[in-house]
Amino acid sequence: MSKTTSLVMGGVGGQGIVLASKILAQVIQDHHYQLKVSEIHGMAQRGGSVLTFVRFGAAVHSPLIELGQADYVFALEKLEAWRLLPYLRTGGTMICSSQEIKPMPVIMGRQQYPAQIIPAMQALAAAGQLGALHTFNALEAACDCGQPKAANVALLGVLARTLEFSLASFLAALAAVVPERFLEANQQAFLVGYQG
Amino acid sequence: MKKLLSGNEAIARGAYEGGVHFAAAYPGTPSTEILENLATYQEIDAQWSSNEKVALEIGIGAALAGSRVLVAMKHVGVNVAADPLMTFSYLGVNGGLVLVAADDPGMHSSQNEQDSRQYARFAKVPMFEPADSQEAKDFVREALRVSEEFDTPVLLRTSTRISHAQSLVELGERQEIAIKPYEKNVQKHVAMPANARPRHVAVEERLQRLRDYAEQTPLNRLEWRQRKIGVICAGISYQQVQEALPEASVLKLGVCYPLPAQLIAAFAAGVEELYVVEELDPFFEEQIKALGIAVQGKALFPLTGEIFPNLIAEKILGEPLTVPLAVAASREEPAPVRPPVLCPGCPHRSVFYTLRRQKLLVSGDIGCYTLGASPPLEAMDSCICMGASISAGLGYEKGNPDLKGKVVSVIGDSTFFHSGMTGIVDVVYNRGTTLTLVLDNRITAMTGHQENPGTGTTLQGQPTVALDIAAICRALGVQRVREVDAYDLAALDAVIREEIAAGEAAVVIVRRACALLNKSVPEVYYIVEEKCTSCGACMKLGCPALVQEGKKITIDAALCVGCGVCVQVCKFEAIRQAGEQDV
Repeated sequence: MSKTTSLVMGGVGGQGIVLASKILAQVIQDHHYQLKVSEIHGMAQRGGSVLTFVRFGAAVHSPLIELGQADYVFALEKLEAWRLLPYLRTGGTMICSSQEIKPMPVIMGRQQYPAQIIPAMQALAAAGQLGALHTFNALEAACDCGQPKAANVALLGVLARTLEFSLASFLAALAAVVPERFLEANQQAFLVGYQG
Repeated sequence: MKKLLSGNEAIARGAYEGGVHFAAAYPGTPSTEILENLATYQEIDAQWSSNEKVALEIGIGAALAGSRVLVAMKHVGVNVAADPLMTFSYLGVNGGLVLVAADDPGMHSSQNEQDSRQYARFAKVPMFEPADSQEAKDFVREALRVSEEFDTPVLLRTSTRISHAQSLVELGERQEIAIKPYEKNVQKHVAMPANARPRHVAVEERLQRLRDYAEQTPLNRLEWRQRKIGVICAGISYQQVQEALPEASVLKLGVCYPLPAQLIAAFAAGVEELYVVEELDPFFEEQIKALGIAVQGKALFPLTGEIFPNLIAEKILGEPLTVPLAVAASREEPAPVRPPVLCPGCPHRSVFYTLRRQKLLVSGDIGCYTLGASPPLEAMDSCICMGASISAGLGYEKGNPDLKGKVVSVIGDSTFFHSGMTGIVDVVYNRGTTLTLVLDNRITAMTGHQENPGTGTTLQGQPTVALDIAAICRALGVQRVREVDAYDLAALDAVIREEIAAGEAAVVIVRRACALLNKSVPEVYYIVEEKCTSCGACMKLGCPALVQEGKKITIDAALCVGCGVCVQVCKFEAIRQAGEQDV
């Protein structure tokens, strides 16, 4: 495959995956790469799993990412990280919020929320299957900044420090994409994630 | 200047640059954002129509009047608009008209995955299919030109992966096109037998000229690389083939109907192995085989769902491009699925809870409330297409006497305006006894909150007449029309019982705005642990804010919107609002 970089971004409907991908896309665009961002709208958004693909490089053909192809998985929820894990190539990077949102089969007591997600991913990292694993309580970080909805941007801070782009380019993209009245809290949340 | 645009945004931009004067649509995933974006251009008169047939008919009138027109809908919307489309093909245009049909292979948000390309052949009109946002914009402009040159409507097909994928687009200027003078032309525009017969001849001649166009247009292009493998493809499949087979030669079709027979023959002669990669129907494959050209397609690739690069590489090269990370061993069990659910505070929840308790047969419809079929509510017997709830509900009682007096049809406000009203007419006229519940949440919710004829607001957010559903039902002859608040469980239960028992056609309008429209800070509820007996009554509501772990039930304060429906099902007064005194 070409030198295209592929990021899978996932979470639960309402967590702000679309905004996070928009900020990232702005940064990529400012660096004059070819870029494709793929989303799914409609029924899937009603509390279901939400998935966005971001691909950039000198040339990008497919807007989709297949299992085993992603350089990065960025997941705003732990179970979604677990679900999206097979998208990573060997040596890929997992960026995962430790937040838990229980899906309906778990709420109804028909299935268990997997208890060992983080340890299992740590084992994969130790075995060299994952190139890097970053787990972060993005919701807590966002709450500390007074804006629980900024958890997406806090986790984006974690992603930002693993990418080739400068802090300044992310801050510029934040200012361009996030509405003015939420900007300060989002900047704070981003920096908490960025500084780890 | 290059801008990152989704396919839908690019189509809107293409319409703007192509001098479109008028646009109409009914919302439907994945087409909705086209009109939302068109509405931002002051030069274009854009509107939501009550359904796709109406949207196309208004578009036809506007095109005959001399405007350039764009009409957009999802694939199943074209079924609704098929009647005018088939005859519009005979009439031709005056100003150019492009009809966007947005397909949904894989059914991300649809009830079927029909292949809209069949409509091009059926209506004998050309169809274009872009492969990214730049092409989406450029093809709209070319389609408008072709529409006027060949005197035909032009279909533009997208799929979810084109409509909702963003890529970089070079923006252009708007081409100012004067509205053409209107000329009355009875022989051409009044479709009755004597006129239609010569028009059909004209349609067949036009198709012949369009075949010549397809041979020459740069929208169809040969990309010669290695000659061993040659692939014919269009739209998203072109991107997937590029990804999977970077060394293969490709015939990239921008016009997917009619096909360029000579170009295909020349391409076939230039490669050792010829393949067609196309999602859904073998639309190209069958036509190519009819030309006497040997080609492989559906013998390798599925008729269902989407086709991804790995599968293309596996079937043609013998191995996939990527292998999933080997994580199976570290998974103690499969990850629980996260299906879409009714949101916390959704006004549809109480309705399906009540219908389930009353053990009624529920004839469903298209909208967020189709999720009433999912566990734990599971209160829907069928769902077919927009507007079918009321008419199919009547059919249930006509088709089986045992079901009479047990049938409830459930339809949303926007769907009622779309095609529910004619069903009501039929129930009244044919002395049906079904009860119709109109779930009026004051918006077209599923597609992302679009205005409709009941909301009192236009596409551009301007005030307009708000149609009164109760008054419409009375005018249609329904004697029993009542209204109830969706959050009042006792009233809802009583009204449904009474109206089912009435033994005549009845409509109950269940009112409460979509929970996502309420932006105020909610007064959330919590569960008093000492009072809760873990009876599980509240869990039958299927509210995402109510969470059970072992025996213990809690309310997730971050999700609760304070609708208070769960309080009404708790027999132990265990659910309290924050700030309430303990009793």
